[in-house]
Amino acid sequence: MLNIIVCIKQVPMVSELPWNAKTGTLKRELAQGMMDPSSRQALEAALRLKQDPEQQTVTITALTMGPPMAEEVLYQAVALGADCGVLLTDRRMAGADTCLTSFILAEYLRNHAPETDLVLCGSQTSDSETAQVGPQLACELDIPAIGWASDIRLTGNTARVERHVDDFLEVLEMDLPGLVTVDQGAFVPGYTALGGVQSAFDASEVSILDAQALGLEKRFNAIKDSPTRILDVYSPTTEKENRVLKGAAKTVVDRLFKEYGKTISSAMGKDLKIERGREGSR
Amino acid sequence: MSDKGAKKNKDIWVLGDYRNYFQSRVTLQILARARALAEITGGRVCALVFGHDVGEYAREYIAHGADRVYVMDDPCLKSYSVEKFSFLLTRMAREFRPDILLVGATRFGQEIAPRTAKELDTGLTADCIDLEIDDKGRLVQIAPSFGGNLIARIITPKARPQMATVRPGTFQERPHDDTATGEIVTLDLPENMPADRVRCIRSTYKPVKTRGIEEADIVITGGRGMGSKGKFKKLFDLAALMNAEVGATRPVVYSDWISHDALVGQAGKHIRPKVLFSFGISGAIQHTAAISDADFIVAVNKNPNATMMKMADVAIVADANQVCTGIIRAVKAAVRE
Ligand SMILES: Cc1cc2nc3c(=O)[nH]c(=O)nc-3n(C[C@H](O)[C@H](O)[C@H](O)COP(=O)(O)OP(=O)(O)OC[C@H]3O[C@@H](n4cnc5c(N)ncnc54)[C@H](O)[C@@H]3O)c2cc1C
Ligand SMILES: Nc1ncnc2c1ncn2[C@@H]1O[C@H](COP(=O)(O)O)[C@@H](O)[C@H]1O
Repeated sequence: MLNIIVCIKQVPMVSELPWNAKTGTLKRELAQGMMDPSSRQALEAALRLKQDPEQQTVTITALTMGPPMAEEVLYQAVALGADCGVLLTDRRMAGADTCLTSFILAEYLRNHAPETDLVLCGSQTSDSETAQVGPQLACELDIPAIGWASDIRLTGNTARVERHVDDFLEVLEMDLPGLVTVDQGAFVPGYTALGGVQSAFDASEVSILDAQALGLEKRFNAIKDSPTRILDVYSPTTEKENRVLKGAAKTVVDRLFKEYGKTISSAMGKDLKIERGREGSR
Repeated sequence: MSDKGAKKNKDIWVLGDYRNYFQSRVTLQILARARALAEITGGRVCALVFGHDVGEYAREYIAHGADRVYVMDDPCLKSYSVEKFSFLLTRMAREFRPDILLVGATRFGQEIAPRTAKELDTGLTADCIDLEIDDKGRLVQIAPSFGGNLIARIITPKARPQMATVRPGTFQERPHDDTATGEIVTLDLPENMPADRVRCIRSTYKPVKTRGIEEADIVITGGRGMGSKGKFKKLFDLAALMNAEVGATRPVVYSDWISHDALVGQAGKHIRPKVLFSFGISGAIQHTAAISDADFIVAVNKNPNATMMKMADVAIVADANQVCTGIIRAVKAAVRE
C-alpha cells in the first residue's frame, strides 16, 4: 500500500477579486475561493498513480491549511477521487508565510501521518506564486525532493521523475519517502462536471484539526513568527501619451503607419519605404 | 572558513547560476543591480560559484561587477545538486553573514533559495521585479503580490540575510569589463558534505527555443480577445512579416493556442521590445508587470477602458482580428510595392 499526501491550497478566484484601484485595497474576504490550479495538477498526478493498474494500492489524502471555508477544496478533492481530506485551521495559523505554512504541514505529516510515502505539491499557487512551500516542506521533513516533475513513475520504493528545467531534460530518481512538485501544464486534468459528483461524498471523509489537535506549541503565532513584512501594496500605473485611435480597421491602420511608421519600421530593422524598391529587385 | 570582522557585514551575495551560461544571463543581471545597491549600502558585491573547473565563471563575474568571488571547486560538485549546493550556501551564509543574498529565479534558483531561507530561518521574496534600498539601509523587495493584481514592497526587518529571487530579464547586465579587478577566494569543501539522495540518471541539454521573446525588438502579444486558436494564428503571420516574436497571456496558453513558453507575465517571460503590439488583452497586472519596459506599445481592444489601453502609447479601439489583418496587409504592401 502506498500512501500519498497531496497538498492543496484554496485560492481566491482572481478575476473576481473586488479590488479598488483608487484606494489600493483588496477585499480578500469577499473573493470566492477555488482549488489552486497547480494543486489540482498535483492531485491529478496522484489520481493517475492510483488509476495505474500496475501500481500497488494507493491511498490519497488531500491536505490543506487555511480558513474554515478551505474545506470546500477537500470535498472537491474527495469528489475527484481522493480517499480523505484533512483541514488544518486555526486563527493562530492565519497569515502564515511559506516557511510557517511548510512547518504546519510538516507537523501534520510528522505527528499524524508518519506512514506517508509520497508528498505531492503543485509547483506554484495562483495567488502567491512563490513556489516555496514544496521545497521548504521537503527541507522541514528532511526527505529528498524533486521539483517541476512532468512525469512520475513508481517502482517499489523508488520514484523516477522526468522534468525539463532551465533547458535541461532530466531523469532523476529517489527513494521514498520523498516529495515531488509537479510542473505546470504536465498533469492537466480532464474536464469533470462536479455538479453531480458533489453529492456523492460523505462529509465524514474530511477531518479538521486546530493548532492544539495538530500539536503546535502554545506560543505559536503565524503572523508574529513571520520573518518578512509587507511595507505597502500599490497598483502600478504608467504615464504615457496614450493616443486613442477609433474607426474602421483600415482607417486606424493607415493612421497608425502614417503617424508611427518610423518607430515600427526601425524596430523591424528595415525602412519600409526604401525596402519597397529593394524588395522588388531581390 | 572564517572572516573576522564580518559581523556587521554589508556584503551583497549573488549565487552564481552558471549552468546554462549563454542562455541564462540572470546572474549577470543581478550582479549589475547588486552593484548599484552596494553603492548605496557601502558593501561589497560577492558572487558564489560551486562546481568543478569553474574558474572562468569566477572571472566572468568579476568582469560583470563582482568585487569578490567565493569559489568551491571540487569534482563532487561537478553537476548541479540542490541538496549539496543549498548545504554549502547555508553553511557559508552562517559563517560570513552577508546582509543580502540574491538568487536568480531559474528553476534551480527557485529550488535552492527556499531551502536555504528555511535553513537560515529568514524570509524570502519570490520573483522580484525590482530591488531598492530604503533610507534605513534595508532591502526593499518589490514583487507582484495579492493574486498579482498589486505590487507589494516587502522588507525583512530582523532576519538576515535578506533574501530574494529575481526574475530573469528584470535587470540589464553591465557590459563585460576585462579591466575590472576583484578577488577570487577559493574555499575548501567542508568534510561533512551530505550524500545526494536524488540520483541523476540522465541530464541532456535541450533548449526550449533559440531566439527568445525576451530579446526580440518587436513582440506581438495576443490575449483571449483574439477569439480562437484559428484566429490567433494570424499573429504568427504578422510576426513572420515583422521579424517579431509572439507572446500570449495565460488564458491563451492554458487554452493551448500557443505553447507555454510564449507566456508573457509574472509567471512567464519578461520582455523589453522596442515595439509591442498587444491584441485583445485586458491588461491584468500579472501580464503588464512584465511589459513595462517596452518602449512603445500599440494596444488593440474593443474596450477603450481596458487597463492595457490605458498604458498604451497608441490605443486602437477596434476588433483585434480586423486590425491584425489590416496591419498584415499594410506591411505586405509596404514591403512589396
Ligand atoms: C498568480 C497569477 C499569475 C498570473 N500570471 C500571468 C502571466 O504571467 N501572464 C498573463 O498573461 N496572465 C497571468 N495571469 C492571469 C491574469 O490575471 C489575467 O487573467 C490574464 O492576463 C488575462 O488575459 P487576457 O487579457 O488574454 O484575457 P481577458 O482578461 O479575458 O481579456 C480579454 C480582452 O480582450 C478584449 N476583447 C475581447 N474581444 C475582442 C475583440 N474581438 N477585439 C479586441 N479586443 C477584444 C476584451 O475587451 C478584454 O479586454 C496570472 C494570474 C495569477 C492569479
Ligand atoms: N496553505 C496550503 N495548504 C496546503 N498546501 C499548500 C498551501 N500553500 C501551498 N501549498 C502547496 O505548495 C504548493 C506551492 O505553493 P506556493 O509556494 O504558495 O507557490 C501548492 O501548489 C500546494 O501544493
